[in-house]
Amino acid sequence: MQSELIQKLTTDLHKPLSAHEALVESDRCYFCHDAPCITACPTGIDIPLFIRQINTQNPLGSAKTIFDENIFGGMCARVCPTETLCEQACVRNTAEEKPVKIGELQRFATDTQMQTGKQPYSRGPATNQSVAVVGAGPAGLSCAHRLALKGHKVTVFDGLEKSGGLNEYGIATYKTIDDFAQHEVEYILSIGGIEVQHGKTLGKDFTLDSLKQDFDAVFLGIGLGNVNNAGLISGDVSNVENAVEFIARLRQAQNKADVSVGRRVIVIGGGMTAIDAAVQSRFLGAEDVSVIYRRSQSQMNASDYEQSLAQTSGVLLRTHLQPRQIVLNNGVASGVEFEYTRTDGDSLVGTGETVTYECDTVLLAIGQSLAEQAQQNGITLSANRIQVDDQQRTSDANVWAGGDCASNGEDLTVAAVQAGKLAAESIHATLSS
Amino acid sequence: MVDLSSNFLGISSPNPFWLASAPPTDKEINVVRAFEAGWGGVVWKTLGEDPHIVNVNGPRYGAVYSSDRKLIGLNNIELITDRPLQTNLDEIKRVKRDWPDRAMVVSLMVPCEENNWKDIVKKVEDTGADGLELNFGCPHGMSERGMGSAVGQVPEYIQMVAAWCKQHSSLPVIVKLTPNITDIRFPARAAQAGGADAVSLINTISSIVSVNLDTMSPEPSIDGWGSHGGYCGPAVKPIAMNMVAEIARDPETAELPISGIGGITTWRDAAEFMSLGASNVQVCTAAMTYGFKIIDELTTGLANWMEEAGYNKLDDFIGRATPNVKDWQNLNLNYIAKAKIDQDLCISCGRCHIVCEDTSHQAITSSVNGARRFEVIDEECVGCNLCVSVCPVENCITMEQQTSGVDARTGKPINANYENWTTHPNNPASAG
Repeated sequence: MQSELIQKLTTDLHKPLSAHEALVESDRCYFCHDAPCITACPTGIDIPLFIRQINTQNPLGSAKTIFDENIFGGMCARVCPTETLCEQACVRNTAEEKPVKIGELQRFATDTQMQTGKQPYSRGPATNQSVAVVGAGPAGLSCAHRLALKGHKVTVFDGLEKSGGLNEYGIATYKTIDDFAQHEVEYILSIGGIEVQHGKTLGKDFTLDSLKQDFDAVFLGIGLGNVNNAGLISGDVSNVENAVEFIARLRQAQNKADVSVGRRVIVIGGGMTAIDAAVQSRFLGAEDVSVIYRRSQSQMNASDYEQSLAQTSGVLLRTHLQPRQIVLNNGVASGVEFEYTRTDGDSLVGTGETVTYECDTVLLAIGQSLAEQAQQNGITLSANRIQVDDQQRTSDANVWAGGDCASNGEDLTVAAVQAGKLAAESIHATLSS
Repeated sequence: MVDLSSNFLGISSPNPFWLASAPPTDKEINVVRAFEAGWGGVVWKTLGEDPHIVNVNGPRYGAVYSSDRKLIGLNNIELITDRPLQTNLDEIKRVKRDWPDRAMVVSLMVPCEENNWKDIVKKVEDTGADGLELNFGCPHGMSERGMGSAVGQVPEYIQMVAAWCKQHSSLPVIVKLTPNITDIRFPARAAQAGGADAVSLINTISSIVSVNLDTMSPEPSIDGWGSHGGYCGPAVKPIAMNMVAEIARDPETAELPISGIGGITTWRDAAEFMSLGASNVQVCTAAMTYGFKIIDELTTGLANWMEEAGYNKLDDFIGRATPNVKDWQNLNLNYIAKAKIDQDLCISCGRCHIVCEDTSHQAITSSVNGARRFEVIDEECVGCNLCVSVCPVENCITMEQQTSGVDARTGKPINANYENWTTHPNNPASAG
């Protein structure tokens, strides 16, 4: 039982489509005019075209259609909440409530291309202009790739040991097995003209001013470095951890079974991170895992699919409960006290009634915020994010930003990829003028 | 209770479904399995003279598939029976003796000499078979030797051989026609002139089914080379139905019985062939795709439809559609239809719009008041039916006849009178 569960950590959530399955599924696409799925895709992939290319047994052409708009097409095929994006827009929903499996088809095409070991792009003629990209996550590398395509010299700085950002550190193992995130980074960087420097953090190892001096333009794709804890904890408690750190630790663990979570796990939050942490806790062998959220289930940020994945994996979703305090016993968390809530008009109010759930581990997934270092660069912020316009330009004419750190960030890989791409186009236009 | 029993040229069978002359009817074991399954009759795979021919020892078939590998079309380079004549004759005699209520027709192909035909028809008569089918249709292999479609393409030969067979045999003679000709009416008339009792059609269509782009060999590939084969299966049905109808409505051959062949896969296909004038049907590819059990669907499907439609026996609907097949010039030019889109059924795929916009008449909107919506613009719609043809939702777009008022496109009042091209003022040949 135990080993069966733990295998799920490193097993594909969806088995990849075989060539024949892809042929059959692609045949279901109607090749709509002005297709709603294209509009629903944050990166605007020409979905009917790539599906038709699969159906005509041209998977490499299909992959290029995808990568033209989204160089992270492989990861997005794995992690996009397609049921709220392209597949929700599929006209097949209207007639039969069964959309074309766009995400799985995208994976088929992109996997086929990536298995050839080469990407369909080469670096453009060198321009002698250089761009600094801070953050080697989806936004940063998407920006870097597009800039390299235009011939600019790109230097990427990242504080961590590996590239990939949340793709490498922030997504459940079963969504990206076999070290896919690193393979994808290699694939993207193989265009050439991109240098990545690891262990370099903004505000510690360099400043925005220094980058502005050394480079013709700067792109900030730094994500959200701070983890919120809602004042629940101060100092280290060994069995209370931020869910993002737990996920990162599990992703990086050579032997997943070495990561222990105890028998009873409480995950506080309602987004994808909460679900990823909870489901993986179950697969690690925890018997009693609950995701506890202060609002209703329909208000959870996690998609319906993610919620049902959690439930079918044996995770209990508890709602209308807000955390009051972590109960400590000899310096170790023994439970969490929650207060029941109800919705009063637009606001959420506590009822005064409380309940305490015992646990062995508490995982906090109640959001992240911009790191302090990023807040002190003289760039205008908006709601504690870097304010950007529709071309990802910040208040500084030489600085662009995108992804979760930016004011139009959506906490979605695909949105970050699009922001990086748009920024690169804007940087290129500026540098070319 | 619906009666499916069939009588074709005096040959009776419990239903109108015969297996066509082809691999399924090459051997006793196959034919007995077919009769056990419930098939009404068979046309035994074409017999030739000894020494028997040989087949290639590699692939004989090539296929056209849908995405889900549904067989749309099949092509073959198999020749006539490759077993000794006497073996076949013995088996035919035995099967007919054991299955007296089933139709046993024997297909024949020998060189175009009177004695050759005389010899073989006598031998077949001795088996107790019910009839002869002259294979003037096979387009591959045998045609290179002056047989098969090489005969079927020359009306004089058809007439000559049919006459020999009628002269030397008392059995009913069916001439199987090749579709690889320009006008199917000429070989049909020739068969009739030679005294044939019926025609059967179509035989397979000359075809190259695919090319292997790695080896550049046509498929099926024999050691890197290919040869054109005969195409059959669902893909050929429309071609076959037109040819059946052309013969059925030709005044010269209107009384000539027809056995319909060509892509018949379901009871509906059979009903359509028969409505156009075929008295019975022959099936091959469907059986070769799914096995003999499909006969259960064919018989029950046909019976259920007949019951619902109020037809008690086959003759009640055979040829019912034939009078409605006309020359284009006779079609009513005052019949005005326009497309109508049922907005409740529409799934907004937009295909009707884009095909109309790109390739036809710019008669379907893509948005109305800024919202995605597909509506027919009556002022532009010529009623061509392309939108209906491409719409993925059944009955979402329908063609509605306009019976009163003004045609919004032409501005002319709807005219209830029948008028056709022959009297149209634009016709240079019309009297006006």
